[in-house]
Amino acid sequence: MSGTQSLIDALRALEVEALAAARGAADPVGLESVRVQFLGRKDGRISAVLRHVGEIPAADRPALGAEANRVKASLQDALEARASDMQEGSNESDPGQTSGRKPRPGSHTEGARGVGTAGMGTGKGSSPRASGGRGPGAGRGPGASGTSTSRPDLSLPGRGGFPGGRHPITHVVDELWDIFRGMGFTRARGPEAETEWYNFEALNTPLDHPAADEQDTLYLKGGHLLRSHTSPVQVRVMQAYAPPIRILAPGMVYRRDTYDATHAPAFLQLEGLVVDEGITFVDLKATLAEFARRYWGPGTRVRFRPSFFPFTEPSAEVDVKRVYVDADGEERETDWLEIMGAGMVDPAVFEACGIDPERFTGFAFGMGPGRIGMLKYGIPDIRAFFENDIRFLRQFADR
Amino acid sequence: MNVSYRWLQALAPDLDGTPKALAERLTDLGFPVESLHRLSEGLDGIVVARVLDVHPHPNADRLRVCQVDTGSDTVQVVCGAPNVEAGGFYPLAPVGATLPGGMEIRKARLRGEVSEGMLCSEAELGLGRGKDGLMALHLDASQASAAVGAPLVEALGLDDVRLEVEVTSNRPDLLSHRGIARELAARGEASLVEPPLPLSSSDAGLPSDAGLPAVETLAVVGALSREMGQVPEASAAGVTLRIEDTGRCPRYLGLVIRGVRVGPSPAWLQARLRAVGARPINNVVDATNYVLLETGQPLHAFDLHRLDGAQVVVRRARNGEILRTLDGVNRPLDAEMLAICDAHQPVALAGVMGGEASEVTADSTDLFLECALFTPGPIRATRKAVGLSTDASYRFERGVDPDGLMAALLRCAQVILATAGGSPEGPILDVGAAVGTETGGSTAASRDLTLRLRRIQQVLGLPFSAEATTDLLAPLGFGVEPAGDDALRVRVPGWRSWDVTREVDLIEEVARRHGYDRFPDTLAPYRPGSVPDHPLFALEDQLRSFLSGRGLLEAQTPAFAPDGEGEVEVMNPVSAEERRLRSALLPALLRRVEYNLARGNRDVRLYEIGTVFHSPSEPGALPMEETHLAVVLHGNQAPAHWTGEAGPVDLWEVKGLLEALSVAAWPGAVLRPAAEMTPGETDGSGFFVPDTALEANVPSAPAVGWAGRVDPARLDLPPWAGAVWAIELSLPALPHPRPIPRHRALPTHPGVERDLALLVPDSVEAGNVVGVAETHGGVHLREVEVFDVYVGPGVDPGMRSVAIRLRFRADGRSLTDGEVDEAIAQVTRVLEEEIGVRIRGG
Repeated sequence: MSGTQSLIDALRALEVEALAAARGAADPVGLESVRVQFLGRKDGRISAVLRHVGEIPAADRPALGAEANRVKASLQDALEARASDMQEGSNESDPGQTSGRKPRPGSHTEGARGVGTAGMGTGKGSSPRASGGRGPGAGRGPGASGTSTSRPDLSLPGRGGFPGGRHPITHVVDELWDIFRGMGFTRARGPEAETEWYNFEALNTPLDHPAADEQDTLYLKGGHLLRSHTSPVQVRVMQAYAPPIRILAPGMVYRRDTYDATHAPAFLQLEGLVVDEGITFVDLKATLAEFARRYWGPGTRVRFRPSFFPFTEPSAEVDVKRVYVDADGEERETDWLEIMGAGMVDPAVFEACGIDPERFTGFAFGMGPGRIGMLKYGIPDIRAFFENDIRFLRQFADR
Repeated sequence: MNVSYRWLQALAPDLDGTPKALAERLTDLGFPVESLHRLSEGLDGIVVARVLDVHPHPNADRLRVCQVDTGSDTVQVVCGAPNVEAGGFYPLAPVGATLPGGMEIRKARLRGEVSEGMLCSEAELGLGRGKDGLMALHLDASQASAAVGAPLVEALGLDDVRLEVEVTSNRPDLLSHRGIARELAARGEASLVEPPLPLSSSDAGLPSDAGLPAVETLAVVGALSREMGQVPEASAAGVTLRIEDTGRCPRYLGLVIRGVRVGPSPAWLQARLRAVGARPINNVVDATNYVLLETGQPLHAFDLHRLDGAQVVVRRARNGEILRTLDGVNRPLDAEMLAICDAHQPVALAGVMGGEASEVTADSTDLFLECALFTPGPIRATRKAVGLSTDASYRFERGVDPDGLMAALLRCAQVILATAGGSPEGPILDVGAAVGTETGGSTAASRDLTLRLRRIQQVLGLPFSAEATTDLLAPLGFGVEPAGDDALRVRVPGWRSWDVTREVDLIEEVARRHGYDRFPDTLAPYRPGSVPDHPLFALEDQLRSFLSGRGLLEAQTPAFAPDGEGEVEVMNPVSAEERRLRSALLPALLRRVEYNLARGNRDVRLYEIGTVFHSPSEPGALPMEETHLAVVLHGNQAPAHWTGEAGPVDLWEVKGLLEALSVAAWPGAVLRPAAEMTPGETDGSGFFVPDTALEANVPSAPAVGWAGRVDPARLDLPPWAGAVWAIELSLPALPHPRPIPRHRALPTHPGVERDLALLVPDSVEAGNVVGVAETHGGVHLREVEVFDVYVGPGVDPGMRSVAIRLRFRADGRSLTDGEVDEAIAQVTRVLEEEIGVRIRGG
């Protein structure tokens, strides 16, 4: 008996076995096992037979090849037909609905034993959308390729999910955090309902001083208030940890404001605090200028203007001027943009927190990610952040 | 603080540059200029006109027909203002002129009468708020003849620019033109002068400059309390002045001026006031306002004859006393308020506003002029209690120069004499506390501070020598002397006595004067901080990534809620919708769904991470706070695609999300049907349709999360909207770090899968079936999953067909069919015996 004939016989035996297995497959997983078992490129049983092609005369090889291709095509057709059956069967598949559905032939048979452990993990009905809503006679052509032939129309759109993503303010906070993390900061948090002591007095703001008025504060019945800035987190951190301290505290703050294009009664603020021996005004300038250049670009100009905050001295407003190259290749610059307040921690704050102001110095800063986002994305009205219109949010989605 | 550029120029004559350059300079110095307003903007064509006579309009009750002298002509103008009077002077927009608002004046016929021009109100000219009537120009006859026909800009001195300067609350010394000029002078921008009053020959009828009585030579009679509780009192010019509360009024100066003629102020004085947005009233009141705006010291003039008993008593008001203030409001006073009183009753609310009864009017002839120092804290408390903030209270509650009272009083006397005539009757009364009180009236010596050069370097990071420091501080008015090798003794000027009280305040002045921009910004090495990164941030970030990847958009809503949606109450909310702090995120997030659907948006899939609040655990404690995560899902499971549409979001999508989220937040969390309480359940109605409600549980806590279909009765949605599904999950205050996965070797031998089709009575949950299989499937059973559920023809009513798949595997060898058969037999036997579940067709 020639080797060629025995190989052809082997292929035909495999075909019979494979077609039976394909018809008997209970679900897509089983079907895939059948495909892998017989048609798998590496470990498939047909490939295994063809590996003996080197043992037969060269003249016989085309015949063997032709037979192998016929068997593969026959099996492929059987697999697709079975898959199509399964899809129609699962057409209305919805475990949540228990209304009438025709029983599916071939399912629930106990005989599906030993279908292998291919473990593709896709599960039944892995692509219910592919056939959802189509009538029984629709055939597999359109569902698979979008044309009347088997060649797919590649101009048709692919399948995607809904756009999802972070709120634009979260994007800004994440970007700011990325930069400060690279400069050795960690994140801290504190309560949003605070005592007057944490919100004002510990921050060198006596309650009968006009500075306590400037942030129109919301008070709570039964005492206490909603923090008007994130600075109370400074106090709580300094009470709980010994220097060196390098923290960032993003969080909501509250003011007695009505909504307009630039005001909201609640908004996010991001506070920073650095405390150690030897921290000076030069470190404040260096850290914040470095931050500004990393965020707005290396050509960014940074300006420090004298200002006043009860809890820092000296205090500064920090402005940036972005320098950029426009579409025509010309270098342009923005106006000065106010982006944060900063200053050296007032010794009275250290004393309130039990830190020796003669030994330790530090600086603090605060900025509004919402305002930075409005500048960055060109959002004219802060209220867009709270309306949460999905057409707005989708502009900042991850895809 | 509104600043007139011309006024500032008068005080600092060599001030360089344009108003715009000045604005930039002030901004650099830390006093940002928020706006620049050229007062003559849009007023080019407006002239001063005199109304010659006024007749009723023949065809309209409310209109009047006026003959108006425009200087070169007499024209007829129809006017609707109630206050137009024959002989009065008013601004006229002639035919062809354009008002600041852009309205062009044309010749018109109003109800049959020709009108050639328009007589204007303050509002129409952008000069003030007055729009109820014409802007009456208080010109006396001698000024007027020259003024008729003149451009309004010239007549009113409107060739000026108003700068709106933002002055931080620590710098009351800058709430005056002199203060700002002094700051510029200190920085080498200009030199400061004491300007003569801009009297001119046009101010006829008043004493000439040379003829003014010399107020500087007036004698002073004083009384000081030598010890606490002593009541200082002095008398002069027939008036007795007594301070009963020197803690709140450390010093009070008074001067009697007799024989004034009250009338309109001269043009220069009106122009000064208008330039900063103040309204001229009469020459006496205008003089006090002028000096306030020039020096920062508030003053008040009383009509002397309306002070009963010729007494001025500074005392606490008595409960039940009522004062009708200058704004015409009757204000009940209480014992926490300081009042200026005559022999019987309050005549002014100290430091805030004068009383109407003692107001200076056209009939007044003799004045009592007050110039006092009030302690900031109580002024602030009174101002808040009566809800009345004035130029005076604004300055007193920030602190006025305790050394500047006498100069301000003399300056004001000078302006009154120059504009209203009369003569001062000395001596000046000067009553007060002998030494600085706790809160005000500090003496110069008590304002000495020590400044260590080493400390400057410790804070600022640059060395400053004694000479350099002196050069920086002295021009600001600080007296600087050496005090040892490494220190200076610095005497603080009165006008800075409120904000410079400590060494660090001086260091800030050194930094400002040196210039922030001249400090280097080179990064230095740093020590890592001791504070660990709070783990809740990492969890929030993980959840955001997960939900964003699942096609949800992050929303942010404010923490305010209406009644019924929160426990914690806001005391001073802006609106009813903001009266409470939310105790759950879902109500607001569901309103975002309503908002989106109302705008025609579909497939609204949102999540939010935010803080919720609960009543404090004990009275007086802070409210309890939790971070929550909420999810809302509406519409389809996936966007439409040409291969077919996905079905709507269902229970199983929302359950899958809750499973994933709750396990990420609370390792070990399990889901089960919700118990009776779900979030938002304040009135017995939960959020969710009961049969769909799930809760997530961890052993140590009550339920941590809920999910289900939102009760349609809670939603205001269009009829086509369909179901909304939602999740509310609390996050741990301090999440455990994510467990590190342990590697397990992959199986070396294949396993075996068996499927069982089971007939399950409706009373038995699928979970029971799986549980039985897991318990009785033997040591080699690795996994059990439900892969189909079917109800319908072929299955008896009251039963379901449930298909489960069991996966078996042994380590290091292949299982035999016999082993698996045995395990399956055991499972099916127990299923049937214990929970009545049989093999389908078996």
